Amino acid sequence: MGKLAQREGLGPGGKTGEVIAQTLVEKFPQDVKITKATQNRVFATVNKPAWLNVAAFMKDALDFDHVTAVSGVDWLEEKKMWVVYHITSYANRVTAELIVELPRDQLEIDSISNLWGGANWHERETYDMYGIVFLGHPRMERILTPDGTDYFPYRKDFVGGRRV
Amino acid sequence: MAEMWLNMGPQHPFTHGLWNLRVKLDGETIVDADPIVGYLHRGWEKLAENRIYPQIIPMADRLCYGASMSWEHLYCNTIENMMELEVPDRAKYIRTIVLEAQRIGSHLMWLAALGTDLGSYTIFLYSVRERELFLDLMQNLCGARMTYNYCRIGGVRNDVPANFERDFDRVLTHFLNRMNDLESLMDRSSVFRLRMEDTGVISGEQARNLGVTGPNLRGSGVEYDVRKDDPYEVYGDLDFRTCFEKEGDSFARYRVRMDEMRESCNIIRQAIKKMPKGPYRLKPPRNAPKGKTGWAHVEDPRGEGFMYVIGNGDDHPYRLKVRSPIFVTVSAAPVMLIGYKIADVPAIMGSVDMCLGETDR
Amino acid sequence: MDLRLAPHAVAMSAREFVAWSSDMMEQLMQASGGKKAVDKITAPIWSWALRNANYPLHFGIACCALEMAAASGSRFDAERLGMIFRSSPRQTDVLLVNGWVTAKLRPDLRRLYEQMAEPRWVVAMGECAISGGPWYDSYNTVQGVDTFIPVDIYIPGCPPRPEAMIDGFMKLHKKINKEMKGTFLEG
Repeated sequence: MGKLAQREGLGPGGKTGEVIAQTLVEKFPQDVKITKATQNRVFATVNKPAWLNVAAFMKDALDFDHVTAVSGVDWLEEKKMWVVYHITSYANRVTAELIVELPRDQLEIDSISNLWGGANWHERETYDMYGIVFLGHPRMERILTPDGTDYFPYRKDFVGGRRV
Repeated sequence: MAEMWLNMGPQHPFTHGLWNLRVKLDGETIVDADPIVGYLHRGWEKLAENRIYPQIIPMADRLCYGASMSWEHLYCNTIENMMELEVPDRAKYIRTIVLEAQRIGSHLMWLAALGTDLGSYTIFLYSVRERELFLDLMQNLCGARMTYNYCRIGGVRNDVPANFERDFDRVLTHFLNRMNDLESLMDRSSVFRLRMEDTGVISGEQARNLGVTGPNLRGSGVEYDVRKDDPYEVYGDLDFRTCFEKEGDSFARYRVRMDEMRESCNIIRQAIKKMPKGPYRLKPPRNAPKGKTGWAHVEDPRGEGFMYVIGNGDDHPYRLKVRSPIFVTVSAAPVMLIGYKIADVPAIMGSVDMCLGETDR
Repeated sequence: MDLRLAPHAVAMSAREFVAWSSDMMEQLMQASGGKKAVDKITAPIWSWALRNANYPLHFGIACCALEMAAASGSRFDAERLGMIFRSSPRQTDVLLVNGWVTAKLRPDLRRLYEQMAEPRWVVAMGECAISGGPWYDSYNTVQGVDTFIPVDIYIPGCPPRPEAMIDGFMKLHKKINKEMKGTFLEG
């Protein structure tokens, strides 16, 4: 762990997953629920209104510097969607999985593209595939499907199959 | 000044794979860039929900076809993490060896493409010739040159063939000698250095924030390698160094990959010596519980690959998410391009090692 | 121009004169058997030249493109058979489609095909170009390139080995040989 702290360009390091989980719960007691925390993994669920504050705190105070992935999951019968964020901290060698639940009739969430530029295209893709709108995103447009596509392909009520 | 948007693609000899790089030019200088992807989008993640777990392995091969083994292995690792399976040791060693051989093969293909872009057909011919040796090794092992279908959930498909160690030893010795030729062809060429040095500079801070990973990140001075910092398979037991350079230009990214090829030879040699005997495969369960999640991330030759799966209660996945390293690196391309001349575009984008199959999925 | 009205044909515009004279030549060549004679001499020469200098387009779509690149390497060497890859569609003879075609790509690929000058051929390489391949249930892939471009040769495989690709081009050579186009290419 000491060797980690000396690497150039990375933060001070030294916080394990358990420490990070505890810090998050202390700072946001109502909004963050920790499912599991090990030395290099944190699994948590976050409430939607507090999401941007939690993300900004993770970036500034906990040295999380890289968004690994932003995924959407469609739970059709339960009438909700998840947005699953995987964010990595190089200095601490921890990857956190954060799940934000959205009701299926109001698919909006704050964008974290202004904090981490790496989330930009991930959020665009999630919009393209699921229809989840990221508020504050600099360019909320389709990216992978052709222009003029009027469906959201990865939703569970969209039946795949040949159509071109 | 006359400014215009120029379409470089989708049909352009320098685009490795199918994408459209629109650049806004002020004379010859690039003032803005807008990459357009999606020409290869097949809805991979949706197709995966229609197949049973073993059927997705050949699909994962065709995500990034330059590094097929890496993606198959990532997929198998993800499902094993979800089902909480512990793969036998011999399988771990075999996987590590073929992953590093695949890394060398992928970097040689990158070098061939870079040579073609810069107009040096010699580099293309030399690299493709060396790559054929590694493809022969893979063919002895699993029967295919490119899309292998070799990793299985719970191990690998078959054990190593006879003369495995002898063949690898011969190829690695020969290859390391040839690397000297290959490197001197480029490092000592003043034209190559002129085109690659000080072009496409991205700082470590920008690269980290924009999500760039892999050799592109390490070329900018950030010493992060998933194999060393979050070890999987047997990388934790092997001794190798993280290759990185400080300048952040195209030449630094090129140097990182050349060093990585040498380190891969080192890793393969250690793994072959330490490989234990034993089973190479165990039988996984057919179904996964509903709602069970799992994820894995690996050091793909192009960056940090990641997959996330949610089980469905039966033998299909409910959701399979793929994170492609080049998807994010392409989004950072404007930072690397703005301010340089249009003639620098092949050198810069060539040093980034694009593979569009994984970007568009 | 109707020559019965002007039997001396001294007052034609340049365009009319060219049209009239080439028409005359056509009829003369056809009637006297000159066309057939010229074609008989030139057809084997033209066919030899066309098939031994098959320039494919430098267009790699997906996985089969890596095998196409390996075929240009020194082990398989497609160039000894005349396959020099060109970057501009105007300078090529063969459109080698080597990957899956999506809805976004389809108009661009059709445009590339139309930009190529005749005589031109299309080779569908790999399962995806032949019939959609492993992506048979995708909402965005075209199930076979022959739904919008006429295909001459199909090379099966996923991906086909470089030797298989070269074998496919040998079959294209045979096909060109059978067509035997002479000087008057429309013949």
